[in-house]
Amino acid sequence: MLHIENLHVSIDGKSILTGIDLDVKAGEVHAIMGPNGSGKSTLAQVLAGREGYVVTAGSVRYLGHDLLALEPEQRARAGVFLAFQYPLEIPGVANVQLLRAALNNLRRARGENELDAMDFLDTVKSKLALLGMDDSFLYRAVNEGFSGGEKKRNEILQMAVLEPRLAILDETDSGLDIDALKTVAHGVNALKHPERAVILVTHYQRLLNYIVPDHVHVLAGGRIVRSGDARLALELEDKGYGWLAPDVQGNVQGDVQGDVPMEAPREGRL
Amino acid sequence: MAYPETRNAEVERRVADEYRWGFVTDIEQETVPKGLNEDVIRLISAKKHEPEFMLDWRLRAYRHWLTLTEPTWSSVHHPPIDYQDIHYYSAPKTRAQPKDLSEVDPELLRTYEKLGIPLQEREALAGVAVDAVFDSVSVATTFKDKLESLGIIFCSFSEAVQKYPELVRHYLGSVVPYTDNYFATLNSAVFTDGSFVYVPKGVRCPMELSTYFRINAKNSGQFERTLIIADEGAYVSYLEGCTAPMRDENQLHAAVVELIALTDARIKYSTVQNWYPGDAEGRGGIYNFVTKRGECRGDRAHISWTQVETGSAITWKYPSCILRGDDSVGEFYSVALTNHRQQADTGTKMIHIGRNTRSSIVSKGISAGFGSNAYRGLVKVLPSAANARNHTQCDSLLMSDHCAAHTFPYIEVKHPSARVEHEATTSKIGDDQLFYLRSRGLSEEDAVNLIVNGFCKEVFKELPMEFAVEAQKLLAVSLEGAIG
Repeated sequence: MLHIENLHVSIDGKSILTGIDLDVKAGEVHAIMGPNGSGKSTLAQVLAGREGYVVTAGSVRYLGHDLLALEPEQRARAGVFLAFQYPLEIPGVANVQLLRAALNNLRRARGENELDAMDFLDTVKSKLALLGMDDSFLYRAVNEGFSGGEKKRNEILQMAVLEPRLAILDETDSGLDIDALKTVAHGVNALKHPERAVILVTHYQRLLNYIVPDHVHVLAGGRIVRSGDARLALELEDKGYGWLAPDVQGNVQGDVQGDVPMEAPREGRL
Repeated sequence: MAYPETRNAEVERRVADEYRWGFVTDIEQETVPKGLNEDVIRLISAKKHEPEFMLDWRLRAYRHWLTLTEPTWSSVHHPPIDYQDIHYYSAPKTRAQPKDLSEVDPELLRTYEKLGIPLQEREALAGVAVDAVFDSVSVATTFKDKLESLGIIFCSFSEAVQKYPELVRHYLGSVVPYTDNYFATLNSAVFTDGSFVYVPKGVRCPMELSTYFRINAKNSGQFERTLIIADEGAYVSYLEGCTAPMRDENQLHAAVVELIALTDARIKYSTVQNWYPGDAEGRGGIYNFVTKRGECRGDRAHISWTQVETGSAITWKYPSCILRGDDSVGEFYSVALTNHRQQADTGTKMIHIGRNTRSSIVSKGISAGFGSNAYRGLVKVLPSAANARNHTQCDSLLMSDHCAAHTFPYIEVKHPSARVEHEATTSKIGDDQLFYLRSRGLSEEDAVNLIVNGFCKEVFKELPMEFAVEAQKLLAVSLEGAIG
């Protein structure tokens, strides 16, 4: 489904990714782990088409497309979804308005009829129920005044409604309390399908207690330094990133108390 | 949050889109030679068969105007206007007083169709009566019979002068006197037509009243006069919408609107203004110098202004409320958009005179391209206005690195019990927001429209439904490619 070959990316002339190779097949769940600054989020953003990231070498094929040649909206219409690490606020625009515009855009791109208001509401409400979320979510302005956890859950709601072929979750688990973490995991597990794939970008192992990955890759210094199965994540939990990337420190096991800083893990805590 | 510069070729291209409603209708016009003097005013008055009091009023206004100089306090800039280089009267040569649409010049009707307001269909549309103004003379009025059965008067100003001279005489100039300001004074001297509405005691007008203005004659300034009176306990909602054809010369527009709400009456006045804004370099476009003011003359009266201003090269406009009656309420909801080289200096004045008067102001300014957008508002609480309340919310949205947004709030409070609040924000459409929405499958254009509509939501929800839809479309067209 997704084939990344020798991907080099720089921002403002600074090299961030220095040769990523990754193969994601339909039906698989991949976890990309790594310490801060290893390039995890850059990889997620490049796949979604964020401007300002310069691909200096390599290629990305997605379902037969040259993914890097597509505009962000074309990627979305081709089934790529990025759950943002820091979801944006769109004041005055109700969640339901964005969801409907987005879904109908994707349906048009797939040659399907747009959903009318009633059918759309039925679809969305079934997803809300699936995620155990309240209807009131729909009528609040997109992410405006949402708590960190609500924003992340809102990303998962969007994902559930849009049903992407390739879902990329960029540190969606950071800063979540255990309930929100379960919602996220539930959303991802419900999406699993032989025709779909998921890439979980995460700093911590704890999300992988709820979503069992088929493959785990450790990113350090802009490249994948180790790949393995789910056991690799557990090994990382034991040994820390220092084990694979001696220059960096940081814990792998998440703090499940819900008050974890989003940006950086606290050093010296485990 | 940092806002990196946005560059996008698609967007740049769309900015260059031309004004869609630029065309000239080929109709013979009856035009008075250029220039302004007492003879021209006498001629206008004579052509309209006006009673003596109207001519006197016009002449007094003209003589006062000669003593005035153009105001310079606003933030707009324009080359000097030559008031002797303007035609002060032009009317389409049609058969006298069409009784119905079949008598209206078909060319004229086609013009309205191009604007998307075919009268025949409009007539059929439930709830909307249209008083269409083509240049200076009203050409068609619909739904009149139904309104007449309720005692509601909705007609052209000229007709009102003929049929209801006492009402006109009583109310004309009672909110905006002919001495008010340079442009209102000029209007008082030379206005040619406009709309007149009177809603009798206790009557709730069952439909939205709407007028489409259009400037067409070459070099003819347009001077409209609108007078709306809601008698005790009456209610009326009035919609005003405008587009103008493209041309190179700047056209002056100096309208006056007066609203009078008596005890327990309510007037809701909504405007969507889309006159030709000039080209991308700032050539051409309408100069719009408008005086709009309403007076809550009785207790518990309520006046609400809602405007969506996307057109004109220059917009100079401050729809205001004089809150004279106790417990009266004034509201102002505004979206003003400036793109390319457009300049807008707009806002409101809320004058609190009665006790327990309340006012609220919501102003949304959107600046794109090289546009300049200023909110200018006065909240004045007089010594008589115990317990006056005002809330002002002023938000600016910037869409380019070359545009400007200014806020000039003036607050004068003369009573210690008053409570006046002013909030202001400035934000810029960010690359991050656009990327977020595009990553959900929205095109850049749809993403911009969604963000802008969200920004304007508080104002749009005040517009009648059909107008809100039109306003959103207009904003989308005006903003095509405005990021950059």
